Amino acid sequence: MRSLAVGAILAGLAAQSVCAQPLDARLPTCFACHGENGTSQLPEIPSLGAQPTFYTTVQLLMFRDKLRVTEPMNEMAKGLTDAELQKAADTISKLPPPAPVSDTPDAARMEKARALSQQHRCNFCHQAHYAGQENVPRLAGQREDYLLKALRGYKDNSRRGYDAQMSEVVYDLKDEDFVELAYFLARQK
Amino acid sequence: MTYSSRRQSLVLAGTVGMLLAAAWPAAAQQPAPLPPGSPLIGRPDTADAKKLAPVPAPPVAAAADKLPVDKLKAPKGFKVEVYASGMANARSLALGDKGTVFVGSRLLDKVYAIVDKGGKREVKVVASGLYRPNGVAFKNGTLYIAELSQISKIEGIEDKLENPPKPTVILDGLPKDEAHGWKYLAIGPDNKLYFEIGQPCNNCLPAEGYGTMRRVNLDGSGMETIAQGIRHTVGFDWHPVSKEMYFTDNSRDWMSEDLPNDELNRMTKVGQHFGSPFCYQGDLPDQEFGWGRKCSEFTPPIALMGPHAAALGMKFYTGNSFPAKYKNQILVARHGSWNKTNKIGGDVVLVNIKKDGSAGPMEPFLTGFLENNAYVGRPVDVLVMKDGSVLVSDDWNGAVWRVSAGNGRTASR
Repeated sequence: MRSLAVGAILAGLAAQSVCAQPLDARLPTCFACHGENGTSQLPEIPSLGAQPTFYTTVQLLMFRDKLRVTEPMNEMAKGLTDAELQKAADTISKLPPPAPVSDTPDAARMEKARALSQQHRCNFCHQAHYAGQENVPRLAGQREDYLLKALRGYKDNSRRGYDAQMSEVVYDLKDEDFVELAYFLARQK
Repeated sequence: MTYSSRRQSLVLAGTVGMLLAAAWPAAAQQPAPLPPGSPLIGRPDTADAKKLAPVPAPPVAAAADKLPVDKLKAPKGFKVEVYASGMANARSLALGDKGTVFVGSRLLDKVYAIVDKGGKREVKVVASGLYRPNGVAFKNGTLYIAELSQISKIEGIEDKLENPPKPTVILDGLPKDEAHGWKYLAIGPDNKLYFEIGQPCNNCLPAEGYGTMRRVNLDGSGMETIAQGIRHTVGFDWHPVSKEMYFTDNSRDWMSEDLPNDELNRMTKVGQHFGSPFCYQGDLPDQEFGWGRKCSEFTPPIALMGPHAAALGMKFYTGNSFPAKYKNQILVARHGSWNKTNKIGGDVVLVNIKKDGSAGPMEPFLTGFLENNAYVGRPVDVLVMKDGSVLVSDDWNGAVWRVSAGNGRTASR
């Protein structure tokens, strides 16, 4: 489903030559993948609502300048000015935060992940309620599959961060820890 | 609680925490067991402590009219001015034969060149599309660039500044670990390129080969490992007389607010081990990896550079225009702390180097980057120019500062 949807968007990008469009004309294309109001319904596509402006601005700059390579996003950010990146980030920061997974969480898994989070100080930089701050993204209510993909990417160096902080953090973590952390964070408000 | 009493109690709490961690790994006050040595044991769970996140540098350079030139202070008799600006994330510095200043970056993909045209300076991008091109060095017309996992060169660069060719890779296949993977690069008196493979973590016992100083020939061949136990050095230079290598090293985070100190080290022979991760600052066994080891097994630093201060680029002052006391002393850029409630660093300090090669006292040289516990700039590297002035890069403002002797702004302001 994801590849189909993203494929359709990419085809759309080419057809409308979105890269020549100003920001306002591009935004609907963003939400085609990232979901109405920035809450993603697509596997491995992150929700955007309530992300800190600094973080989103930096990620968009990294996509535009190909410091972080993810093809659809490199295309989407191509040619945007610094001011447009900032404006896009402002817009996204004002969208509602994604709702956490609403099932009845497995208490043992939640407790294990909470301990991991404390031990590795996730709750320092990302804040106690995982709302993020400055260059540290919001994690609460993020898609579980995206969180897992991001953590694995930091571990195998395929996910390029702005700085190296996450690579340092995941050094001591195992894949089974990532599974628990993603489960836990997707269920935070 | 006053600042000093809070500091004391933090140090105390840290010490008790270490003892507890050693004797009683599953400390009962936590909801889940923490591993031995976890600094969270005994750590205050306060809002202040939780603000200890790395301080992100802006990805764009400060506008020329927004540079904090009026806030920077040098000793009496020195002048501080902007040398060049508009270089986002300006990091390491290297000087070309014809006076071009090359500037690496870490968070972006570019290497810049500052060209001086009769006092008016132009900034050009000489390489882009690179990955963490933090290290730059120059020799016999050639610019060398150290990226995360490779080293490349551009020959005859100063004659090709308008249309530089892509860098040619001379060494690749270095580890791709992001943590402490960005490199400082310098050319020693033996005409070899020196760089480090940093520890891929905050505090760990990494695989063989990490935490080591390496050197290669200028064509990238003949790699040797010449020292180990270095957590992450982002600055080194050679004593102008003894030709010994001196380097800074950034010590671990999260042990405590006030320990361990960053280091200034001196390499007196090939094969020395500088302690990390077993022993920090020469006398402090690590809580986790220090067991069964003694600090006396390792080469201690010659000077302590402050806890979490981030001692980065350094150069011996070899110019002639500063007062005599500066000659062959070391200027060290301290980027400034993040893992500390009350920040320190954010300055350039002068470390006295005695005739026997050991270190004497340290004093401030360029200050003012840190204001009300927040940065207005962050110094990264130091470069001595042919006229004896000193350049200091600043990755917060994307600028390079110039400090010169004579008729200028003084410390009294």
